[in-house]
Amino acid sequence: MRIVCPFCGERELGEYTYLGDAKPQRPAADAGEDAVYDYVYLRDNIAGVMSEHWYHGGGCRAWLKVTRNTLTHEISAVEPTAGAGAAKVGV
Amino acid sequence: MVGSAQTHRLTSGGLIDRSTPLSFRFDGKTFTGFQGDTLASALVANGVKLVGRSFKYHRPRGILTAGSEEPNALVELRSGARREPNTKATTAELYEGLEAASQNRWPSLSFDVMAINQLFAPIFVAGFYYKTFMWPAKFWEAIYEPAIRRAAGLGRAASVPDPDHYDKAWAHCDVVIAGSGPAGLTAALAAGRSGARVILCEEDFVLGGRLLADGGMIDGLPAAEWIARTRGELAAMPDVRIMTRTTLFGVYDGGTYGAIERVNDHLPVPPEHQVRQRLWRIVAKRCLVAAGSIERPIVFAGNDTPGVMMASAMRSYISRYAATPAGRIALFTNNEDGWRTVETAIAAGLQVAAVIDARPDVSPAHRSLASKGGFPVLNGSVSAVDGGKNGVRKIAVSLTGGARAEVEADGLAVSGGWNPAVGLTSYHRGRPKWRDDIAAFVPDGAPPGMVAAGAANGAFGLGACLREGFEAGAAAAQDAGRSGNIGSMPVADDEAFSLTPLWHVAGKGKAFVDQQHDVTASDVELAQREGFQSVEHLKRYTTLGMATDQGKTSNVAGLAIMAAVTGKSIPETGTTIYRPPYVPVAIGAFAGHHRDENFHATRLTPSHHWAAEQGAVFVDTGLWKRAQWYPRAGETDWLQSVTREVKAVRGGVGFCDVSTLGKIDVHGPDAGAFLDRVYINSFSSLAVGKARYGLMLREDGIVYDDGTTSRLAEDHYFLTTTTAKAGPVMQHLEFCRQVLLPELDVQLTSVSDQWAQFSIAGPKTRDLLKEIVDPAEDLSNEGFPFMGAREVKLSGGIKARLFRISFSGEMAFEISVPARYGEALVRNLMIAGKPFGVTPYGTEALGVMRIEKGHVAGPELNGTTTAADLGLGKMMSTKKDFIGRVMAGREALTAPNRQVVVGIKPTDKARRLRSGAHIIPKGEVPGPDNDQGYVTSVCFSPVLDQWIGLSLVERGRERIGEIVRAHDPLRGEEYDVELCNSVFYDPEGGRQRG
Repeated sequence: MRIVCPFCGERELGEYTYLGDAKPQRPAADAGEDAVYDYVYLRDNIAGVMSEHWYHGGGCRAWLKVTRNTLTHEISAVEPTAGAGAAKVGV
Repeated sequence: MVGSAQTHRLTSGGLIDRSTPLSFRFDGKTFTGFQGDTLASALVANGVKLVGRSFKYHRPRGILTAGSEEPNALVELRSGARREPNTKATTAELYEGLEAASQNRWPSLSFDVMAINQLFAPIFVAGFYYKTFMWPAKFWEAIYEPAIRRAAGLGRAASVPDPDHYDKAWAHCDVVIAGSGPAGLTAALAAGRSGARVILCEEDFVLGGRLLADGGMIDGLPAAEWIARTRGELAAMPDVRIMTRTTLFGVYDGGTYGAIERVNDHLPVPPEHQVRQRLWRIVAKRCLVAAGSIERPIVFAGNDTPGVMMASAMRSYISRYAATPAGRIALFTNNEDGWRTVETAIAAGLQVAAVIDARPDVSPAHRSLASKGGFPVLNGSVSAVDGGKNGVRKIAVSLTGGARAEVEADGLAVSGGWNPAVGLTSYHRGRPKWRDDIAAFVPDGAPPGMVAAGAANGAFGLGACLREGFEAGAAAAQDAGRSGNIGSMPVADDEAFSLTPLWHVAGKGKAFVDQQHDVTASDVELAQREGFQSVEHLKRYTTLGMATDQGKTSNVAGLAIMAAVTGKSIPETGTTIYRPPYVPVAIGAFAGHHRDENFHATRLTPSHHWAAEQGAVFVDTGLWKRAQWYPRAGETDWLQSVTREVKAVRGGVGFCDVSTLGKIDVHGPDAGAFLDRVYINSFSSLAVGKARYGLMLREDGIVYDDGTTSRLAEDHYFLTTTTAKAGPVMQHLEFCRQVLLPELDVQLTSVSDQWAQFSIAGPKTRDLLKEIVDPAEDLSNEGFPFMGAREVKLSGGIKARLFRISFSGEMAFEISVPARYGEALVRNLMIAGKPFGVTPYGTEALGVMRIEKGHVAGPELNGTTTAADLGLGKMMSTKKDFIGRVMAGREALTAPNRQVVVGIKPTDKARRLRSGAHIIPKGEVPGPDNDQGYVTSVCFSPVLDQWIGLSLVERGRERIGEIVRAHDPLRGEEYDVELCNSVFYDPEGGRQRG
């Protein structure tokens, strides 16, 4: 499998680490135990197109959001996560 | 013993080099062949018909094919450490001194005791082992399986390590082409002329595919001349790479292809510094499968007799290798193509006994060929073969209409038609589709970017192969963005095609579908009767198609027979799932250079070479080699050395390389806020110039990692991790930064390899440091208090980072210098420390001192413990959110009866402790119900002069002073220990603050 890193270009699978479903959002500090439980443990396992977190540890160390079909391994989109890339400009 | 001298070699013709004779040995007999031979063709040239014994019945077997589809002619090639079992004689190139032995026979190929299995053949049917060796169950492993394995099977692997090297490599191109027959060559021409970067893989050692045996006229040139011209044109193209002896064996996601290059398999031993084989991963925009097709057998009684050979293989031996498999041949065919073997045989001066053609109509041209050659054309089928280990003698024919005939011949060529090689195109679960007009499966649903052309696509005529290959090559190049002038297309005529499907001829005697696994037509029928009708069940029940040849000659025939007995059509019956590799690939090739000490990378600490000079004993910790202890003359065991090192530190000064810790620079205005979120304790409140111990949790509330983190400037922290978690913590922190906390202005830099870091510990630490630090630096307790951290200048001007932190419990500093100065620093510490008796210490002494101080480490941070379990619960801030905060509060993680860290010491002071022992209440019977925890870390404490340990024990800290049992069934020990405070040494901490 090959993933096109938005920063490094097309690279081989071995440079990346898979984390999993990119959908769950970390709950706010006051969200309560049930919400955090859902976030930590409950994951979709879709047979089809899924948004996933991948880490380009063998390259630029960016965390990426990869849209992948889990049945065919076809990758339709790769985006950097919100904080990936260079330091914030003008913050 | 000397074998016959190429009695079956033609005096002219063929693609062998008669000026280069090669001597080789088969089963101890010496033979000669020529350069350009395979082992199989050289055996044919020497009149050898019997080459092996079959898997189950030990039946005598000969050579069936001339390619990588061979099921029978498997040999052990080479000897000793290079002995390679199950090597196909049909693809093994002959070299001077080649040694091969037949397999699965004893005491000899000619007289095989286990051939008695044939007498019991009626009971050795499919599922025999499962049905027979069921009771008693425990006999299976001890008695049945070893006995069966001895009797059945193939070759023996070498029992010593492989002395050769294997390589792995990447290649990138526009178009990769599998196969260099007419379609592959024209594909390469068109793509190459377009300007595409092309890799042409050919598993044979010469280009040409079937052209090498079948010839023909292309562009008015004989095939051999056309191949030479084409090869020349391709070789002159800078972006075309021709790889012979290379099989494309697998298709992976994203246009990645696996190929195995047999770099030096054609030599007895690879030349010095060269690899035996190379595993390629080829990334290509397009893949063209021009892998040709495989001639299929017809299943009839005795079809495994030596001398029965595929018709195309017989042509290959005669035309390409100038070797004659028989003197008087018969042909059994159901199609036009088979007749080419008769033409070839006649041209080579062989006798033709008869042609048995299953088709009602034979062309007038072939009828006149028969009358000129004086041999009969029998309309019917072969129903039995009479012969044995010395080959075919007589052939029984059932004529259409019911009459019988007999043909005397010593060789029988068989052609049941051709199956396109659909493996590569089906590896992504593509299911080949059936074409009635050619009675064969053709590729369908190939992986993205892959197309088949030529015979692999069901286009069997030479003209069609050239055309399909050329067009597909041009299209692939265009898809890859190349549009150069492709020039003119090579042309040739197409041969006539006519075939009447025939799979199985009913008759008496064993008729083999899968010759490598001894699966017969009646096994297939039995599978159907017993309910194993699905092709996947048929495969598992009978093992049809599961051998090293992956059923290349047997799968389609097997499912055609299944279709016949179930009354379904062949496409309704379907095919099994195709999986790579297309040919067997040695595990060694997948491993490449990653074996033995190179199995993984080795990381050396900055002081490694110096430590090696000192005679240090090293221990592997992850990828690192760390000095474990430094033995001195006269010391007889590790405990003496370690005890000396601990005493030297506690009584004077010592140092230890701790560069393996993960080191991360955290920069930015929000660095403190960021660390507050990843650690359970606060770091934004840490003063500049101070260090603090920090603990991280996983989001599920369990402890993840610990370490000290220092604030070097308002917006700059220096974070350390444990050695084991250096990489994972970096990844985790990047996730926190980029995904969870993108609003924070903070950057992380891994500097683990940039800094050499040493712990310098002991009451004389300051005395030693003064010798190497610039005199202007204030190292006094006031000027550099406990948990201080700042940059200092060393004498000579090098900038270093100094941290007053202590893992040993002594007055201690950790010093960081740029990694390139690490070794120089160590050497200077030794010189400067001589007056103070400075002593280098290893990871064992480090461990002893941390246990004496009750510091937790890997055995306690074991992925099951909470901060409270470690006695660090109070560190958890209640004023902020942090990773793991909410889940750490769950009921089970805060239960009062959790196993928590507590010290232990034996009641018998002389007793040695061992980690792993279970803690059982005194007076209770050891067992799961009474198991209250276990011992995590132990050491011999030089200051206490006894063994001590840390353990995880239920309510341990509430039970200090209680005597419990340490139960160690693994070592057969049981003894009393006392639960005690986990800090054994200087519990007030006065020494480290002094």
